[in-house]
Amino acid sequence: MTNQNVSILIVDDEPPIRKLLRVGLGSQGYAISEAPNAKAAIELIGTETPDLILLDLGLPGMTGLELLGKWRGDGLDIPVVILSSRTDEAGIVTALELGADDYVTKPFGMNELIARIRVALRHKFQQQGEKPVFQTGDLSVDLVKRIVKVEGKEVKLSPKEYDILRILVQYAGKVLTHQFLMKQIWNDTTDVQYLRVYVRQLRQKIEKTPDQPRYIITETGVGYRLRETE
Amino acid sequence: MPDDRTNPENRPSPDALLEHAEREGRGRLRIFLGAAPGVGKTYEMLMAGRARLADGIDVVIGVVETHGRKETQALVDGYEVIPRREVEYRGRTLDEMDIDAILKRHPALVLVDELAHTNAPGSRHPKRYLDVQEILTRGIDVYTTLNIQHVESLNDVVAQITRVRVRETVPDSIIDRADDIEVIDLTPNDLIKRLHEGKVYFPQTAQRAIENYFSPGNLTALRELALRRTAQRVDEQLLSHMQSHAIPGPWAAGERVLVCVDSRPGGAARIRYARRLADRLRAPWTALHVDTPRLAGMSEEDKDRLATNLRLAEQLGADVTTIPGQNVAQDIVRHATANNFTHIVIGRPTRSRWRELIEGSLTYDLIRNAGDISVHVISGTERNTEMPSTRVKAATEGRQFQVWPYLLATAYVAGGLAVSSVLDQFLDVRNLAIVLLLSVLTAAVTSGLWPALYACFLSALGFNYFFLEPRYTLTIRDPESIVAFAVFLVVAVIASNLTARVQRQVVAARSRARATEDIYSFSKKLAGAGTLDDVLWATAFQIASMLKVRVVLLLPENGAITVKAGYPPDDTLAEADIAAARWAWEHDRPAGRGADTLPGARRLYLPLRTGRTAVGVIGLDNDKQGPLLTPEQQRLLDALADQAAVAIERIQLVADVDRARLAAEADRLRSALLTSISHDLKTPLAAIMGAAGTLREFAPALPEEDRADLLATVLNESERLNRFIANLLDMTKIESGAMEPNYAFHYLGDVVGSALNRAHKITGEHRIETDIPPDLPMLRLDPVLFEQALFNLLDNAAKYAPPGSAIRLQSWVDNGSVILQVMDEGSGIPPDDLERIFDTFYRVRKRDQVRAGTGLGLSISRGFIEAMGGTISAANRTDRPGAIFTIKMPVPADLPDMSDARMDQTA
Repeated sequence: MTNQNVSILIVDDEPPIRKLLRVGLGSQGYAISEAPNAKAAIELIGTETPDLILLDLGLPGMTGLELLGKWRGDGLDIPVVILSSRTDEAGIVTALELGADDYVTKPFGMNELIARIRVALRHKFQQQGEKPVFQTGDLSVDLVKRIVKVEGKEVKLSPKEYDILRILVQYAGKVLTHQFLMKQIWNDTTDVQYLRVYVRQLRQKIEKTPDQPRYIITETGVGYRLRETE
Repeated sequence: MPDDRTNPENRPSPDALLEHAEREGRGRLRIFLGAAPGVGKTYEMLMAGRARLADGIDVVIGVVETHGRKETQALVDGYEVIPRREVEYRGRTLDEMDIDAILKRHPALVLVDELAHTNAPGSRHPKRYLDVQEILTRGIDVYTTLNIQHVESLNDVVAQITRVRVRETVPDSIIDRADDIEVIDLTPNDLIKRLHEGKVYFPQTAQRAIENYFSPGNLTALRELALRRTAQRVDEQLLSHMQSHAIPGPWAAGERVLVCVDSRPGGAARIRYARRLADRLRAPWTALHVDTPRLAGMSEEDKDRLATNLRLAEQLGADVTTIPGQNVAQDIVRHATANNFTHIVIGRPTRSRWRELIEGSLTYDLIRNAGDISVHVISGTERNTEMPSTRVKAATEGRQFQVWPYLLATAYVAGGLAVSSVLDQFLDVRNLAIVLLLSVLTAAVTSGLWPALYACFLSALGFNYFFLEPRYTLTIRDPESIVAFAVFLVVAVIASNLTARVQRQVVAARSRARATEDIYSFSKKLAGAGTLDDVLWATAFQIASMLKVRVVLLLPENGAITVKAGYPPDDTLAEADIAAARWAWEHDRPAGRGADTLPGARRLYLPLRTGRTAVGVIGLDNDKQGPLLTPEQQRLLDALADQAAVAIERIQLVADVDRARLAAEADRLRSALLTSISHDLKTPLAAIMGAAGTLREFAPALPEEDRADLLATVLNESERLNRFIANLLDMTKIESGAMEPNYAFHYLGDVVGSALNRAHKITGEHRIETDIPPDLPMLRLDPVLFEQALFNLLDNAAKYAPPGSAIRLQSWVDNGSVILQVMDEGSGIPPDDLERIFDTFYRVRKRDQVRAGTGLGLSISRGFIEAMGGTISAANRTDRPGAIFTIKMPVPADLPDMSDARMDQTA
């Protein structure tokens, strides 16, 4: 994918972080615009429409969460990747539930950030046209025939296990909160431990060593993510 | 106590005899004691030795320093002198007394100069007095010399006087055990004259010595010290002598002061005088009160004054003693003699001359009987030093008229009359009076004086009416009967009076005993109370229950006086009460209800004070009108308040000490923290700055691989710094106690998985082995905290175990707990460090190639695991070198039933 026509808005109050992102992302060909606070960001969004927003949660004045809430309330559906400090799992979960697409915690590696940006952009562009067969590492999931194979051998999943895997595959590479998964599968968000029981059973079936999972990654305190291996 | 030593049967005291027996077989020690060098001790010793020589005794000189004095040198001639032993020390030759030669020679008496001398190193004893002790035990008598400044207990005093501290000291026990002490006394002027004449030092030394050490003031003080020390020793000797010969005291063994306290005004002046006297004499002192029956009828004012005086004495440090007695003068003298008092302080007589003629004078009786004891008669007009009046208006005892004692008395008399009418059949009428007397006495015992007198009157009437001829009239015909009637009446009145008084005293004694018992148990309770709250609550409760009042206790806090405890507990203060309490606190006087100041307040406020300082205020009230406490209750309150004040002060002092210690400990930790943090922050920063700076300046000149290397350094050190900062934040979370685990049910395997995932960069060079059974029960934990705890263990393992070795995680269920072990193949933990390895900033001494830890990781692991109700411990592997960290988490009791999730498997 070429990034020449893809524009990213960076909302962060720290000049060194903005500079780092400008240089790092600019080297990948993204077109960058910057805002040091919520007010400047709102003004900017009024004149141009970026393809993705990098949003720092700890902004002065109007916080990142408030800004995100306002945008989603206004019907703005540009993908948002959150920049957050560690030890703020609650803030991340809130942001994801408000409609953020993903998050990275400071300090972060540039590779990690670029991967998140790519996933978020891909889901934006591919929301309708899913590939019928998902393949990562030894795992393949045929979403049409509902067949799951590990190392070419078919694995029998229960209906709920398959549902979880299907949703993870649909949003491959993206973090999914517990609440989101619960809502998708049970249409109910209580009793998160059921989700854990099913995820555990699922791992037993598709992971080679379930205690060192390769595919279904736990994002501690936040949710799960299906890792795509290159 | 001296009276323990006075044997009642006047037998010799066993201790004294034992001491005497120990001396048998030992040589006798005679010390020639001087106030300063040059008074002529050595001269006197040699003279005394000559006298013994003349008596034909075998005397030798062990060691004598003549200091080049001619007269002294002349005296040495004619003695046999034991040659001194030469000792080599640091290239110098010192000559020392030859103790072996003396013991071998075994004379009857040896002269040893300068008892305080320190022997040359390598001698048998470090000090000469120890040589002397050995000589004495061999049965050889010793004459020796000593200057007062060398006596251990006076060392400080001498240093204060002369500003010269003497290092060579002799323990006091040597002086105490000496058989004879001879003071070589010379007046300061004579000594200075001798110095000028060059008889002590050579002239040029003498002049300097006179200016510094031998000033007349110094010499006078030293001389007094020498004389006093000897006098004290003589006292002890005398005491021992009198005890071993069973001579009753007093012995002038030391001064003791007795002050007689009674209820007369001026007592405070007398007590203060006694205190000053005791201070001057450095003597213990006692306040004595003789409780005579006559004092039972004391007025309340007098009782108060007595109690105040005794309290004052106690606060000033006296022992307070109360003895029962009849003849005050005799009792005082007897007590003073038995307890070896040397001074008695009494007040000036206040009785008129006429009353003294009739009743006798305490003062004259005392002086006449005092014998060896000095009697100080003090005028009591020291007005301004009297204790300020702390009295408030007193309530009267509840003596309301009651009918039932009279009804009871009537019943007794009626009974007596009934019995009498039966006995009347066969007894003479006059004997019946005895029966009626019995009724009167019964009434006196049960109902008190007035009902008893009423019974007298009633039974006299009845006796007359029913039994005296003519019967059934109130007239008496027979003159003999008139006498009998009169005698009956008189006997009945006197007997009932006496009985009622005895009864009253019994009741008073019983209530006093109960109060004493209560106070005793209160003081025990206070002694056991560990916290201020306990003391305050116990005090409030005790006072409330003993005095039947409501109590609040107020202590100063931030400059204001505030309520700290109360019984009943829910008391609040009105404006007037706060003002009264503050006034009482600031002026150390009573205020509020019944007092002179702010009587409008609801409560009475009394200061709570120890001998040293005021500690708080106590507030009292009840539902009745008028004054609050009877005088008796006020005295009881004083006693309780004194004890509470001391207990409060004690707790506050302990708290002060604790606070100081905690502050010191916190200081120590803080500085350790700062040292450690600055090191751990700056090391990676230095590497990052250095690498980045090098890259910017010299990048074109560097080979490609060096550039990559430097960049890797920047990244790795940044990650290290990041971990350290994360640790610091975690530690802050633990230390602040603000950590609230976000509990949910989780599989251990899941958390282990995410921890391994996060740690994969650190553990990249190690093999990871996991053995987590899939059927482990879920655990109730905070996944973020648990993951961090586990991450730190993995970090620690990766740091201490060599690359390529295995890090093994295994788990199982054991007796209601899930165990998780992290095992490495490093060199293990030194056994001494196993206990401390979880301490903050503790690091195992590292080998050279191993990177320093922050000293925080394991401490955080423990903090987090314990916050979630688990435990963590460290041990060493037994199968091979390596460490094992074991986490133990309880299996939750309220594990949700998830069987329906398994059902899904078959669907």
